Amino acid sequence: MSAIALPQMERPGGEAWSLPYRGTVAMTSLIIAESAIFTIFVVAYLFYVGKSLTGPTPSEVLETPIFFTVCLLSSSLSVHFAGKSLEKNKRSAFLGWWLLTIVLGGLFLFGTGMEWHRLIYERGLTISTNLFGTTYYSLVGLHAFHVTAGLVMLSIVLIFGLAGRVRQEHSPRIEVLALYWHFVDAVWVVVFTVVYVLGR
Amino acid sequence: MASDAIAIPNLPVVSDRPWIQTLHDWLTTVDHKRLGILYVLYGLFFLVIGGIEAIIMRIQLMRPHNDFVSPQVFNRMFTMHGTTMIFFMVMPIVFGFANYLVPLMIGARDMAFPRLNAFSFWLTALGGLLLYFSFLGGSGLYGAGNAPDVGWWAYAPLAARAFSPGHSSDYWTISLLVSGFGSIGTAINIIATVLCMRCPGMKLSRMPLLAWLNLIMAGMVLFAITPLSAAQLMLLVDRYLGGHFFDTQAGGSAVLWMHFFWIFGHPEVYVLVIPAFAFMSEIVPVFSRKPIFGYPVMVAATVCIGFVSMSVWAHHMFTVGMNSYANSFFAITTMAVGIPTGIKIFNWIGTMWGGRIQFKTPMLFCIAFLFQFLIAGLTGIIQASAPVDWQLSLSYFVVAHFHYVIVGAIVFAIFAAFYYWYPKVTGRMLSEKLGKWHFWLFVIGFHLTFDTMHIPGLLGMPRRIYTYEPSRGWGTLNLIVSIGGIIQAIAVLVFVANMIISYWKGRKAGNDPWDAWTLEWSVSSPPPAYNFASIPVVESRRPLWDLKHPEDPDSRYE
Repeated sequence: MSAIALPQMERPGGEAWSLPYRGTVAMTSLIIAESAIFTIFVVAYLFYVGKSLTGPTPSEVLETPIFFTVCLLSSSLSVHFAGKSLEKNKRSAFLGWWLLTIVLGGLFLFGTGMEWHRLIYERGLTISTNLFGTTYYSLVGLHAFHVTAGLVMLSIVLIFGLAGRVRQEHSPRIEVLALYWHFVDAVWVVVFTVVYVLGR
Repeated sequence: MASDAIAIPNLPVVSDRPWIQTLHDWLTTVDHKRLGILYVLYGLFFLVIGGIEAIIMRIQLMRPHNDFVSPQVFNRMFTMHGTTMIFFMVMPIVFGFANYLVPLMIGARDMAFPRLNAFSFWLTALGGLLLYFSFLGGSGLYGAGNAPDVGWWAYAPLAARAFSPGHSSDYWTISLLVSGFGSIGTAINIIATVLCMRCPGMKLSRMPLLAWLNLIMAGMVLFAITPLSAAQLMLLVDRYLGGHFFDTQAGGSAVLWMHFFWIFGHPEVYVLVIPAFAFMSEIVPVFSRKPIFGYPVMVAATVCIGFVSMSVWAHHMFTVGMNSYANSFFAITTMAVGIPTGIKIFNWIGTMWGGRIQFKTPMLFCIAFLFQFLIAGLTGIIQASAPVDWQLSLSYFVVAHFHYVIVGAIVFAIFAAFYYWYPKVTGRMLSEKLGKWHFWLFVIGFHLTFDTMHIPGLLGMPRRIYTYEPSRGWGTLNLIVSIGGIIQAIAVLVFVANMIISYWKGRKAGNDPWDAWTLEWSVSSPPPAYNFASIPVVESRRPLWDLKHPEDPDSRYE
């Protein structure tokens, strides 16, 4: 059937052949793609700063969410410690740090919800009010969507972890998820700077 | 190995499986070869659909004051033709080839993420379905006409609710959003496959150029498709939530949409053409009986094209009134793309130079590619100059230019790839006789259409008009263009007939009909499930050459 034999060259003394872990490569690629999406939204936000024809303006209504920002940024630390714990096979420590990450992420999301509630019901700013509303809710909402997606994935891992299914050998996969979570935090640093520092 | 049955013609195995089982196998497959075939068939289907739309437009423009279709239908035709050909013809076909060939060429058994692969394909498939469902559902309750008619770039504020009522633009937006996510998924998969699944010895410096170029293409998809997805999300916010991104009445900017669209739009051209370069880089050496000339330079030039093409987008916007600094910047970067591209053309010629060239059908398409891509590049350089572009923008000269790229270069390379890899995929050779008919008809039709089309453009005929005055004197030229289009359509029919006839009647191909050098030719045709019984180990860029010529292997010189 085959005119040519398969090129099987045994290399008994050959050098070790190691390639990067596909999960990390794929997540890095996804992060690059997501960064491009966020870049476009950030550019739109900055382009439209001060161009709204009607109020309310950012300086009138925005309050800097220091506490919730601290929550989200510390969750990056806790997810890191969770990963390290699993690597050392300390499974209960892993679960503890993991749960803390979810709580901190959940707090942040709650903070965003509170802020939106205040803006909509007290300040009358919706996505269709003016350009500020359109760009603000889109950018912050896109980030909040990514936090939500991250929380869903973190929770799935937590459920598996509580069922005793997350073991040391899954450490590389957990690191992939942690990478995503770090990205969500890093994006918030950019969004925070753009919306609450530069944009006011 | 019953799951293999459909890919091998004339095997009795096929008959004892109920067709519903076979269908189920294909619909639920996660095999990279099957998904590759699905992608390609899907793209071919839309090639025919998009071609019919083109022919409808050409019949309408055949003579002045023709009333074959109404202006509204004409608008839908050019919108659907552009969108279909870019997103649902070329993209699926190049992704299909990448899916099929990359794992085989790098000695892997499948893509890095088989299920993501299937998911991405079905997203793309859903995108095409949504786009064409607009013919039925686009009117909504508004009675506002069916398919999208805002042009393939949907400039603001034409795509806003006020000027595009009904759902036609929504179908367009969501279709591109969904298929865009599919493209991103496939791109991630290709990157992970190339970086993480190579067989032992397959260093990056030994990878076939097809794998290299698809890696670069996938990297560009990450940067190029995502701005479009972001812009589509904004358009959806505008249309459904009352946002003001592109609403000029509320301070929004129509030019911002143009920037966002073309930040996607121009790199997209390179996303499409780099796989065409990849086909060229595999086929030209084999039929010149020489290794590729300047392998590292080819890779470097492609990376360079990737980078530079990210900063040329606003040459689509010279007429919008940017300042002179922006115009100069984008004119210079656009001309600069010509340098790495020129390097590639010289390298292919260098590969052919002194070779023992075999004029088989794949090689004929490649040689035509060289000439046509050169001309396409030259008319591109002409328009890169902002003052010339002010004169030519939105005329048929532009239409002729980009069809020279997309048909003259990309589609020709795709046809070359079909003739070259069809034996691997089906186990049968395509007929050379029908292939030559296909080639010559297509070349004649192509040049009749697109060489001629430059002239009405220079004479001032704007694109996207549904008819014109007889006194303009464009009638004869347009008639020639239309006749060329019909000849191309006949050529494509010959091609489709060739594919169908050869599937049953074609000569048996064997493993390696072209005496080629890359790993996909080391396995049977069609390749077995999971490709390689044992993972190969490679020592050079041409593993099969090493195997066939143990006395003089490439590895001695690399």
